[in-house]
Amino acid sequence: MDETNVARGGVEPAPRVEYELQLYYWMKLIRAFEERVSRLHRQNKILGGVYSGAGQEAIVTGICAPLHDGDFVAPLHRDMGVFIMRGVDPGRLMAQLMGKETGLSRGKDSFLHGGDLEHAVFGSTSMLGSSIPVAVGAALKFKMKKDPNVAVAFFGEGASSRGDVHEGMNFAGVHKLPVVFVCENNRYAYSTPLEKQMAIENVADRAVAYGFKGHVCSGNDLLAVLELSERAIARTRAGEGPVLIECKTYRYRGHSEHDAALYRDAEELIEWQSRDPIPSFEFYLEKKGHDIKRIREQIDERAKQAVQAAVEFAEGSRLPEPQEALEDIYAPPGAPISPKAPNSSANGAR
Amino acid sequence: MEVTYIKAINAALHEEMRRDENVFVMGEDVAELGGAFKATEGLLEAFGEERVIDTPISEALIVGAGIGAAVLGMRPVVEMQFADFIACAFDQIVNNAATLRYRHGGKAACPLVIRAPSGAGVHGALFHSQNPEAWFTRVPGLKVVAPATAYDAKGILKSAIRDGNPVVYLEHKRLYRSVKEDLPEGDFTVPIGVAEIRKQGGDLSIITYGGTLGQSLDAARIVEKEDGLAVEVLDLRTLLPLDREAILLTARKTGKVLVVHEDRLTGGIGGEVSAIIMENAFEYLDGPVRRVAAADAPVAFSPPLEEFILPSTNKIVDAIRSLAAY
Repeated sequence: MDETNVARGGVEPAPRVEYELQLYYWMKLIRAFEERVSRLHRQNKILGGVYSGAGQEAIVTGICAPLHDGDFVAPLHRDMGVFIMRGVDPGRLMAQLMGKETGLSRGKDSFLHGGDLEHAVFGSTSMLGSSIPVAVGAALKFKMKKDPNVAVAFFGEGASSRGDVHEGMNFAGVHKLPVVFVCENNRYAYSTPLEKQMAIENVADRAVAYGFKGHVCSGNDLLAVLELSERAIARTRAGEGPVLIECKTYRYRGHSEHDAALYRDAEELIEWQSRDPIPSFEFYLEKKGHDIKRIREQIDERAKQAVQAAVEFAEGSRLPEPQEALEDIYAPPGAPISPKAPNSSANGAR
Repeated sequence: MEVTYIKAINAALHEEMRRDENVFVMGEDVAELGGAFKATEGLLEAFGEERVIDTPISEALIVGAGIGAAVLGMRPVVEMQFADFIACAFDQIVNNAATLRYRHGGKAACPLVIRAPSGAGVHGALFHSQNPEAWFTRVPGLKVVAPATAYDAKGILKSAIRDGNPVVYLEHKRLYRSVKEDLPEGDFTVPIGVAEIRKQGGDLSIITYGGTLGQSLDAARIVEKEDGLAVEVLDLRTLLPLDREAILLTARKTGKVLVVHEDRLTGGIGGEVSAIIMENAFEYLDGPVRRVAAADAPVAFSPPLEEFILPSTNKIVDAIRSLAAY
């Protein structure tokens, strides 16, 4: 942001205004998508586990916005927003959830393990934390080939207890790899609270043991996440090694849609909902002089239409043929190996 | 020039790294030391520390980082210092690497080679003797190979490096310096998924691979000389996917099959080979498919215990005679 210009009472440059409105749209779109998914799940249109990231939109939005094409992202199971932020068609995401042939895995897996390497999004597994070494390997490739890219790995405070996370971070520290680790600390690993997960206050405090910096921010404050993210990504892209960002947040819904989350205190949920990232950002926009009521209406409508289009695409897609279960297990000889990598383009969000 | 099994592996690594700059090597002590068994000797000097990487003791990282590099078009060859240690990377191999293409809808590949020095008979005891193939041969998405000759060690490793899938490459430690042969000059590969007849015969078939190929051939020669039995020996070479055609061909030809492997009996690949034959060639059989394998015990240390547990030429000879007499 051109602070001096604003401070002088001048008009803020148009690109930054548009960028912030775009960030707002992304958060709203991700929330609308998540809410629609929850509803579709209640209507039995989506089977299997659905893991809502409602309440955590500021994290994926703030972390992914400064990324370039070709930067590698390993999302976790609550990060539908990462796919949207990376440019994956929401229709394909919805098709993935419905087990349709047009989904990212062509019906092979439920939402949370779809991947799209054409958009440099790595499909995770249910062994949470195991994508940390993978992101480290992607960063190793970037360093070896002198690619101007970074890898970003998301994980939860629960996964941070796993050995894979330690092994990956330790190696990244040793080799000063271009990787940003993002902990979405939403206080619960299924039903297990933070206090039973770790004896220290912050996951970020562990970074010192790996030889790099750890930062803590409010995961419900888009601008706070964005500020850390822009700095961390720029630093690691410049060769200064890994960074760990811990975003403190809260999971609105249960571990999955099947989970009523009765192990939580109702007041705790209400308190966190009062710090919802979306109204907070609306307040910021309003303070900057935007007509938030008008913008909200416009953006809600855009998001609603995008989600509706996604649902229609998914519902109109065919289910896979039974025998397709045996496809995509092995790469045939001569198959192209490396994904059609997006160009590592110039600055800024898509 | 005669080349040992370990030198053949080393040569394959040198040649592939020279041929393709995306090939790199990573593992514990692979750089300056050249590997615990010297499989990666000279690579650091030839290709530098960017492509020959010593890692911390972190098997999950070694495989996981290999996966991350592989999906971006690199061709990592990672080393588990001993096959026993592969258990520490089990999740990364069976859940992450093996399902990678499937969960990406066929739009990704994981050209990763995991080299694992396996096998017993070198007094390695419980944690330096294991044959972990059965852990992996039932995981779709993986390929599992186990070469028994220097030629195959080199040719199959080259194929594995050029393959678009994760390959678990089991090299038998006892063969490192005991097996040697003249290798042709220049580039050659051995296809994955194709078994090889090592000795022709019409009376009985031995189906084997890896560490027990030599013992099986020795046993076949003994019974040929002493009993006049013509034993055919089929070397599987690849354990996943199995060369079902070659298995059935030899079973139909001789009508009597003995499966030999150093891995434990229960749940070993011998059971699968036997079932393939029973389902598809039952009417050709003149006797039950039999197995010689390690006892269902950890590989013990003290020589009489280790010998009791492991297959040997004598045990194979006894099994051939018993099956021939059936």
